[in-house]
Amino acid sequence: MGNLFKIALRNLRRYKRRTALTISLIAFGVIFVLVFVSITGSFKQLMITQITDSYLGDLQIHRRGYVASIENLPLNLNLTPAQVSVIEKGLDNIQEVEARSERIKFGALFSTFAETTNIRINGVYPEKEFATCPRMASRIIQGEKGIGALQKGKILVPELLARGFKTKIGDTVVVVATNKDGSVNGKTFVVSGILESATGPGGRDGYIHFEDAVEILRLQGKEVSEIAVRVKSLGRVGEVAQNIRARLDGEGQKQEQSGFEIHTWSQLSPFANIANMIDVMTFFIKLMLIAIVLISILNVMIMAVYERVREIGTIAAIGTSPRKILSLFLVEGFSLGVTGAVVGVLLALGIIAVLNLLKLSFTFGQSAGLILAPTIAPLDVLTASVMVIVVSLLASAQPAYKASRMEPIDALRHV
Amino acid sequence: MILVVAQSLSKTYATDSVEVKAVQGVSFEITAGSFLSFVGPSGSGKTTLLNLIGCLDKPTSGSLTVAGVDVARLDRAQAAAFRGENIGFVFQSFNLMPVLTAFENIEYPLVMVQNKLPGERRTRVLELLQAVGMSDQKNKFPDQLSGGQKQRIAIARALVTQPKLVLADEPTANLDHETAYTIIRLMKKMRNDLNTTFIFSTHDTRIIGEAEIICTLEDGKLVRCEEAHG
Ligand SMILES: Nc1ncnc2c1ncn2[C@@H]1O[C@H](COP(=O)(O)OP(=O)(O)OP(=O)(O)O)[C@@H](O)[C@H]1O
Ligand SMILES: [Mg+2]
Repeated sequence: MGNLFKIALRNLRRYKRRTALTISLIAFGVIFVLVFVSITGSFKQLMITQITDSYLGDLQIHRRGYVASIENLPLNLNLTPAQVSVIEKGLDNIQEVEARSERIKFGALFSTFAETTNIRINGVYPEKEFATCPRMASRIIQGEKGIGALQKGKILVPELLARGFKTKIGDTVVVVATNKDGSVNGKTFVVSGILESATGPGGRDGYIHFEDAVEILRLQGKEVSEIAVRVKSLGRVGEVAQNIRARLDGEGQKQEQSGFEIHTWSQLSPFANIANMIDVMTFFIKLMLIAIVLISILNVMIMAVYERVREIGTIAAIGTSPRKILSLFLVEGFSLGVTGAVVGVLLALGIIAVLNLLKLSFTFGQSAGLILAPTIAPLDVLTASVMVIVVSLLASAQPAYKASRMEPIDALRHV
Repeated sequence: MILVVAQSLSKTYATDSVEVKAVQGVSFEITAGSFLSFVGPSGSGKTTLLNLIGCLDKPTSGSLTVAGVDVARLDRAQAAAFRGENIGFVFQSFNLMPVLTAFENIEYPLVMVQNKLPGERRTRVLELLQAVGMSDQKNKFPDQLSGGQKQRIAIARALVTQPKLVLADEPTANLDHETAYTIIRLMKKMRNDLNTTFIFSTHDTRIIGEAEIICTLEDGKLVRCEEAHG
């Protein structure tokens, strides 16, 4: 085996420029894939946490049918107090759940006494909401940046509305809403903060204390529109959702006719489509890498076999078995692939490190100054390398087979 | 002991329109330890016959036994193994591997064909380097050697596996007269030392003089074999 490598490597050194060119091509492909995967991956990760940590939570639980008509924020599809207690008990027993926040969502009129407009309001428990969506505090661009901003009688006003109505911290406003039975009720609030918009539906809602919402809507008992859940590891959110579903489904059926529905962030946010598109693009870029490796190795190995017909004839004549000749050329293609992969991986890691040093910032939707910190998972590096090496072997297979099938006398006569 | 037996051996090449009878009904026996040359005009069938004896080609008809084996029956892989075990080749244009040193070229058949252990390989290669007078050139690559030196290495490579038979088709055709002569003397010396059978072909009359048996071919037919005393 060592001798096969010795001969293969010397043959590669023999055509220095061609070998260097092929290795650079493969390395270039590897760099492209790894840097792309790392940048888009980090971008995706950043965007997802931007959304989940700002207002969405990692997954949400509703009464069955709520999400389908979520635009109307239907009060009659709230979870009943009985359901809520079942869910809360269930969630308390699941290890992977880090935090949860019960929300009452409703449409209301927002009035500054001079002007009135529509607003979507979330009634939340501040400690729970801030624990479930940790970016809440940093979204408060004016006013008190903490759970104090959501004490009873206070309201967090979305940025766009505040700008349009020239609302300031400390202003008194009125929130008027119609409850389930059709009667109207209002309550005055003091503006405690202006909330930065976040990308996606729900990114422009106002926030008040849970109990204030109960009061306005004259709810009996703990009715809840949705329960947002933060999990310990976002990568495993699907599993956790499955786990919660398994735990709640049976009990939900028993207690209530309608049951629950559980959606992960990707089912709730349109950004999931962008994330999927990035995955599709990554797939095609990987295909491109395969094509580059396949074509360059195939090309080089066909040339190598063609140029060395007489040498093949000689070693075949003196008794080298067809299998040995086959492996000689396979090892040559393999070595090219491995070298290209190693060079590519090293350079790609270098480029990714440099990108991290540069701290590139970009803007996405309303969120400006996001800093791109590309990272690459060892698994991605491994996949790309293995792919290159396997394709190198496949590409060498045909020329190598051809070499092994040559008749020594024909090959020896070749000039 | 008889090493090669040919009976009514024929080889016909069928090209599109014509059939060329390169070797026609040739019968002969070659004793082990011979130093034999096939001679004859261009196109008389020397290369064809050597290829048949060397198991590189298959006869169209007749029988051919080399070292007791009916070589016409061997398939590709078997023929390769048979050559690797029993036959050494010396080529007209030396055919050394350009990426291997003189030492490694001689070692090649022991590594890639016979799977010998490194210690044994080294001893044998050094012995042969000594015998062909190339010990001091062992680390040079073929393109750093003269034609005569390359052919010495090629002879060492052919002998390193201790074959029963060495075949050399016009081994001196690419060398000047003086070098050609020393190469043929070297082949004979190796035969004397190792008792390996040498069969070669040549045009060169002075080289023919060194052969102990001269077999003449004409139009694919064996005209005569006679003992000479070189
Ligand atoms: N592969 C082949 N296909 C067709 N005809 C062939 C082939 N090889 C040899 N011949 C023919 O067979 C005949 C014998 O050729 P061969 O090469 O054996 O002669 P030779 O004695 O070695 O000649 P030279 O001294 O020129 O090397 C020639 O007529 C040649 O044209
Ligand atoms: Mg010839």
